[in-house]
Amino acid sequence: MTARIGVVTFPGSLDDRDAARAVRLAGAEPVRLWHADDDLAGVDAVVLPGGFSYGDYLRAGAISRFAPVMGAVVDAANGGMPVLGICNGFQILCESHLLAGAMVKNDHLHFVCRDQTLRVENASTAWTNAFEAGEEIVIPLKNQDGQFIADERTLDELEGEGRVVFRYTGVNPNGSRRDIAGITNARGNVVGLMPHPEHATEPGFGPGTDGLRFFTSAITAALATA
Amino acid sequence: MATVIVEVMPKPEILDPQGKAVAGALPRLGFTGFASVRQGKRFELEVEGEVTEEVLEQARRAAAEVLSNPVIEDVVSVHVLGEQA
Repeated sequence: MTARIGVVTFPGSLDDRDAARAVRLAGAEPVRLWHADDDLAGVDAVVLPGGFSYGDYLRAGAISRFAPVMGAVVDAANGGMPVLGICNGFQILCESHLLAGAMVKNDHLHFVCRDQTLRVENASTAWTNAFEAGEEIVIPLKNQDGQFIADERTLDELEGEGRVVFRYTGVNPNGSRRDIAGITNARGNVVGLMPHPEHATEPGFGPGTDGLRFFTSAITAALATA
Repeated sequence: MATVIVEVMPKPEILDPQGKAVAGALPRLGFTGFASVRQGKRFELEVEGEVTEEVLEQARRAAAEVLSNPVIEDVVSVHVLGEQA
């Protein structure tokens, strides 16, 4: 059975095509979903891609949170479906309260674009089960509002429960608290991160193919629950 | 036509990079009297007719649920334009 992984396109999404391509390269069938849809077409997992949905108006991800499709995404996430938010998708998941914390402007005020090394802190989520805990990977990072913040109590909770999934190593590119690059929910099915795994899925394009394993992880997770 | 004003500011403990950039630009233009700057948002919600308590309550809820993100921002004022904040 081939897993079907949905990729949502919002007005202003940029990386939806790359995300769909990554899904295909990983061996799943990409299913294009539209922000105005109110169902998920029976997919096994969902990716909220990067970009600048609604021009980042109000706050990054704040308007997209109210898109019709997000009602179905929130329900599916609460039911255990693997959901990945990349960059703007991570911001949308935070605004939807599926993930803790929020993103604000990079501490240095500049847009940042670089190949970023990350340490995989939690290799048991639906999107990281193909990694080893402690493994270092390199995938592209590109953002303006990428500084992850939360209050100390929330940060302690995330650390204590193993919900920090990725940490920046070498350089903290945006001032994120405790070098946090990505987090998960309590159940481990919803993951959000600022860097872009979908841009590191094919030899010769980007820094390598570490990004591919996000999607093979989701296939494993989706088929295990199917 | 009346207007409800909602004002949102970044939480005091959160670094406000935009305010910091503005604060850096002011002295370069000769405005040397300000120690720091914080930048927030002001929303103007227009109301057909008068602002009832129900409308004001809606504005408060919109301010808390949509216009601000409580992780990073505080709603500092919800008031009718022309009335005391």
